[in-house]
This record gives sequence, structure tokens and C-alpha cells, in this order.
Amino acid sequence: MKAAPFDYVRVSSLDELGELAAAYGDDAQVIAGGQSLVPAMAMRMARPKLLLDLCDLPGLADIRLTPDGLEIGAMVRYFELAGSPLVATHAPLVSTAVPLIAHEAIRSRGTLGGNLAHADPASEMPAVMLALGAVITVAGSTGARRIPAAEFFIGTYETALRAGEIITAITLPVALAGRRVAIDEVVRRSGDYAAVGAAFAIDLEGETVTGARLAFFAVCDRAVLAHKAAAALCGQRLGEIDPAPVLAALAQEIAPVADLHNRAETKRHLMKVLAGRLLQRLLSGEKSTHG
Amino acid sequence: MDSLFPVTLTLNGVIATHEVSQRTTLADFLRQTVGLTATHVGCEHGVCGACTVFVDGRIARACLMFAIQAEGRDIRTLEGFAGDRRMEVLQRHFHERNALQCGFCTSGMLATAHQLLEGSPDPSREEVRESLSGNFCRCTGYHAIVDATLDAAAELNAATVAPEAEPAC
Repeated sequence: MKAAPFDYVRVSSLDELGELAAAYGDDAQVIAGGQSLVPAMAMRMARPKLLLDLCDLPGLADIRLTPDGLEIGAMVRYFELAGSPLVATHAPLVSTAVPLIAHEAIRSRGTLGGNLAHADPASEMPAVMLALGAVITVAGSTGARRIPAAEFFIGTYETALRAGEIITAITLPVALAGRRVAIDEVVRRSGDYAAVGAAFAIDLEGETVTGARLAFFAVCDRAVLAHKAAAALCGQRLGEIDPAPVLAALAQEIAPVADLHNRAETKRHLMKVLAGRLLQRLLSGEKSTHG
Repeated sequence: MDSLFPVTLTLNGVIATHEVSQRTTLADFLRQTVGLTATHVGCEHGVCGACTVFVDGRIARACLMFAIQAEGRDIRTLEGFAGDRRMEVLQRHFHERNALQCGFCTSGMLATAHQLLEGSPDPSREEVRESLSGNFCRCTGYHAIVDATLDAAAELNAATVAPEAEPAC
């Protein structure tokens, strides 16, 4: 359980990162908080020859309100997200999601950017990004790109990041009045990877659902949005919600895949139970805006 | 043989420089290079919590950091809590409640409980359970550990109200 030998560089600029990434190719690996990478290296599932540590790169650790929305630096750690009044006000779904992630000691080190770049299909934050319509800014020595979350996650541990690029920031549209959000997951033990999870953001005008983004995680090779289920929810009225067409659409558009612990059949059942539970919680008619 | 590189960090309040190989974890560094053996190495992949230490004032897994990443950081192990009132009260109640048998998980439990009581001085039983859920114990069971943490919180709170209370032995 010891990592294979590697070289280690604290990069000080994107140019330096780009040069080293180009020289080492697939043998270079960026490290942020390291809470997924280091165990993978200990088990030798990852054997990078060069670790590129981002901890000294300036400008990646701020949370600030911009005209585009709430901008969260890629190196912001989970405990900072949890304690941020800006996040609680403008992206309450993120604040609600953090306690579901692993344990306190992991949340001291793990970063939002590292989590998204890792793209674990059972992880909470990619689904939260989909539910909130996040835009992920990536940058390398050749410049920056802004990628909608829905186009960022490609597959298991696979993203739209190119060699030599890192995530620099995540921009979340600020929460609208009338938005209700919730996240929940089915886990065997607190802090475990989810068997199935869901993050919902639902917009209301008066009593009517006018928009819904229903994201699921730990169901297939990446976090996914259930577009048809969301469409079946739109137009329904608070207090008279009929979950049946929503759940039927969901069963048709997402076919969960088995993992090490759960059969596809189990996940299909849990996905439906969880979706029903979140709809009930968000739309039963109570006036709460925070899930 | 791996090459060695210098790492300078604050360790239990003292700035120190040591030579480490790049792949040495912070946990192995603390135990083998420095000789601070309160930090235990259990699972070596971030699951069991036995190696929990403080990094820049917050609990973290010492097996999920390479020592070289600790360059410039403030690291505090259980040894660095000698004389710390909250830690001493926790330790005494762990003892009184039989909150350990083999003791392997205890350092990590104490570190986690210490951070919990710092941020949440009067936690509910459920909060304590949630907080300690990232620390595995394979022999004592968790009830005594939760009891001890709650007892420590009660004593620390009583001490806050009445500062002339009996000092820790």
C-alpha cells in the first residue's frame, strides 16, 4: 500500500503546467486536494511519474459574486464551501450537499475543482453542478474555455479537460426567487459512496412548476440530467403534484447500471424511491425554499 | 532507493526540516522519519481514520497526503496536544468510559472529537455519531466512544460556566 515512485512539482503558472504536462504526457497527473488520487496511488491503480501540485497557483481559492453568478475557485475546499455565507445564500444546494461528501477529515482537504476533474460517477458534486446549470472554466497555456456542466462530464473518470488544462473556476447562476433545491442519496453507511443519489432544482412561478433540473448520480457512468422527467414535472401545480408521469419518464430515460455492490434492478428501484421522496419533500406545498 | 528531498514544516509548533522521499505519506513521515507514533497507520487509503492529524488547524488523513505536500504547512499530531485542556478532558473520559480496548483507533477518535467540540461545544448524540463516522473502531464498539465524547463536552461546558472547577489531573 505504498505509492510507486514519482516526481513532484508545485507549479507556479499555467505555462509551467502546460510544458510539464506536454513533456510527460499521460505520465503527468495534476493533484489538488488528493483525497481520491492519493488512495488510488496507494493501491497503484494510478502510477503517475510526475505529480503537478496546484496548491501554489494563485487565484484558485476565492469565492466571489460576479455579474455571471457565484464564482467558486477550483481549489476551494469542501469545508470552505460549507462555511461560506455567499454559497449558503446564492447556491444553497451546494451547502446542503457538502455534508454528504465523505467525512469531516476528507472535507478539510478535498476541493471542488479536484472533485469535478476526477468525475467519479458516484460523486455528489457533478450532479449538483448539473442541477444548478454550472459553467466550468478550464484553462491551459493556450487560454481558457467555459464549458457547461452538461457537456463537461463524458464518462467514468472522463471529462472534457484536455492535456495541460485544469479547472480554474466554477460559476453557478445565483438562486432565483421561487427556486427549491434538495439533494439526497441512499448509502449503506454515512459518508460512503452513494448506491443512488439525486440533486433537484425546481423553479416555481406562483404555484406552478416552470422549470426543473433533476440530476442523478451513481446510476451510470456519469452524473446525468433526467430531461423527460423534468418536462413531465413542468406545468404541474404545487400541492397537486402527480409524481407518476415524472417517475415513468425517469424509468424510461435512465437505465441504471450495476456497480460492485448493487444490481441494476436495485438501483432502478432506489432511483424511483429517491426521486419520489425528493419530489414529495420539495413540492408537497410547504413554503420552504431550502431542501 | 528513492532520492530524498528537504521538507520544512511547522510540526507541533516547532519549525523543522526533514529529508523525505516524494512518495512518503505524511503518516509514514511522522512515524518513521520523525518518530511521532501517536499517529497510527491502519488502512492506508483514507477509510479508517486512525492516522487523523491536524493540517493547518483542521483534521485530515495523514495517509492521504504526501509529506512533501506538507511543505510550509502547520501539522499537529496528538503529541502536540500535551497540556491542551480539551484534549486532556477527552482522554480522561475515554479512559473512564472504557472507550478503547486495543487503542489503535484512539488517536484518530480523539483528534476528530477535539475538532468537533471546538466547533460544536454542546453536540447532540447524533452529531457526535455523525462526526465520528469517519473513524473506524474494530473492537470497542462506538457507544462508549460517543459516551466519552459527550461526557467530555459536559465537563468542558461546566468548566466554562465555573472556571474554578477542579483542574484536570
